[in-house]
Amino acid sequence: MSAREVLTGTHFFNGDQACCEGALAAGCRFFAGYPITPATEIAESISRRLPQLGGIYIQMEDEIASMAAVLGASWGGVKAMTSTSGPGFSLMMENIGLGICTETPCVVCNVQRGGPSTGLPTLVAQGDMMQARWGSHGHYEIIALAPSSPQEMFDLTIRAFNLSEQYRLPVIILADEVIGHMNERVVIPREDEIEIVNRPKPTVPREDYLPYKADENGITPMATCGDGYRIHVTGLTHDERGYPGMDAKTQEQMVSRLVGKIRNNREKIIKTKNLFIDDADVVIVAYGISARSALQAVRDARSEGIKAGLVKLETVWPFPDELIRSLAPQLKAFIMPEINGGQMVLELERCAGGACPVHLVSNFGGSIIHPGLILSSIHKVIKGKS
Amino acid sequence: MTTHQNPRNVKPHPMDSLLRTERIPHIWCPGCGIGTVFNAVLAAIKNTGWDPNSIAMVSGIGCTGRMAGYIRLDSFHTTHGRALPFATGLKLARPQTKVIVVSGDGDLFAIGGNHFIHAARRNMDITVICVNNLTYGMTGGQQAPSTPLGAKTTTTVSGSPEEPFNFCYLASSCGATYVARWTAMQVRSLRSSITEALQKTGFSFVEVITPCPSSFGRRNRMGSPLEMLKFYHGRSVIRGDIDPKDAAMDIDKEIVVGKFVDIERPTFLDNYAKFNRLQIPHWRSTS
Repeated sequence: MSAREVLTGTHFFNGDQACCEGALAAGCRFFAGYPITPATEIAESISRRLPQLGGIYIQMEDEIASMAAVLGASWGGVKAMTSTSGPGFSLMMENIGLGICTETPCVVCNVQRGGPSTGLPTLVAQGDMMQARWGSHGHYEIIALAPSSPQEMFDLTIRAFNLSEQYRLPVIILADEVIGHMNERVVIPREDEIEIVNRPKPTVPREDYLPYKADENGITPMATCGDGYRIHVTGLTHDERGYPGMDAKTQEQMVSRLVGKIRNNREKIIKTKNLFIDDADVVIVAYGISARSALQAVRDARSEGIKAGLVKLETVWPFPDELIRSLAPQLKAFIMPEINGGQMVLELERCAGGACPVHLVSNFGGSIIHPGLILSSIHKVIKGKS
Repeated sequence: MTTHQNPRNVKPHPMDSLLRTERIPHIWCPGCGIGTVFNAVLAAIKNTGWDPNSIAMVSGIGCTGRMAGYIRLDSFHTTHGRALPFATGLKLARPQTKVIVVSGDGDLFAIGGNHFIHAARRNMDITVICVNNLTYGMTGGQQAPSTPLGAKTTTTVSGSPEEPFNFCYLASSCGATYVARWTAMQVRSLRSSITEALQKTGFSFVEVITPCPSSFGRRNRMGSPLEMLKFYHGRSVIRGDIDPKDAAMDIDKEIVVGKFVDIERPTFLDNYAKFNRLQIPHWRSTS
């Protein structure tokens, strides 16, 4: 193998290419997908790169099959991912649920476009935020990350793999069309500078192994196919042995652990980038491409002497509720720009808890949010007109 | 904890080493044909002499899907219709593992029909055992893509208005390298056919016509489980090497059984390695 798995150096990549390189650097060796704008370039890039590294790219018959194949590959002991956009993300929901229930590490990158339905295939939106949170049936917790640049596509794809391996679940990357298609500088560090997390493996003999018995953090060591443990994996509600248990007690134990392993590790999972929030009167909470509009607006406001700050969400799920709760009492308002009718702003309102007003700056998709619109919203807050 | 004990002190079964005995009794109805097929699968696995740690079973949802829960192999009970794409990922990640998919006619050919035709087209190196009981057993006996024209089910009380699939014809036309059909009464042929299918490289497919006395049999007045078995057996005609398109599957006239296809064709991985000039597999395992 002459090809390098980590392309150390400085590149001019679009976000989709950066996602591909992040995945390979994280150790991904299996990709199953289906072509869809604006995520196709991820599949195209990784279809060229994976064979060089002894990995498998397979184009499946649809996104349902893609997600199922990714889960199968993960149980085969290989790090696996898929990428898609809204219509495909809808089809993946079924097997994302299976991945949650069976605790299967893998990564799904959704490069969002305008919806509903076929919507705006080539234009930006952020309309799948709640779908990522609640799109599969039943109650569960999810981890979703939102990159704001090709560089972050690289960095957060690696983090998505690490989180999925550590907490054993599908981790969603919620990118968007502008991030996927924009070309920017991407710096890829040396291989030994990249932190890689691999799933914990059982060390006990087969007769003592309980595949779904968790440690104090709710995490279970994962034996995969061929390890000799003769595991049983099912999407039915199951006990510590992995065997179906059709009763309320088993359901309570299983779901509370699935939920708990995320909720109880929120502090380790949640990351935000905070700018000028210590003395702020108004804080913009933003993610993805909208965080870049927000940054411009905050800079413009500061140059006018307005005490504006920015909380840029790296993890959108779980939502940084404690940070928001602690900031709210000192603020005149929160402002959230997002390219949907108001989705994450509902979380922001919930966490602000009425301690300060929350304003939405939004459109329904097709274009990014102009920084001037956010700045106008800041002006209204400062002048007390809202 | 000891997982391998027999909790009820019942007599050991010859297949116990391949069973999750702590999960017995199973959920299948008295007279159901799935147990016969399960036994044939276990016997075929023993026939191969393979290390059980090198074999995996993947199933979808339904009565037959529960087989994966009783076999003491690495076993995966996935979502409805998705056993084949899951198995595809598993096989490509671990080419050294023998992957068996077991599922029902509804799972494989209705909700999973698209996956079936593409897995066969790609010639994924997987063995598929289809338990065809002509209905959806788990949900109480609704119309399936295998339900004979005019047959009564809970959703076609006046008779099904649809022509059923001929699964063996479908499998062969999509490129399967091994295709056979048996009834659950022809146990010896079934066992040796599944053994052949397991040893076959490529997409191998065995259909088994099995009685569902609780639902399909009861609604169509087919009598006791044994009478159903005898009925299917009586309608069956062994015709090896017949063109699968002529291998009729019509319980009112003729159930043609036998081995219809046994050919060689490069698998997905053969072609992937060839076109990418690769030695497969060269994995960097996560372990």
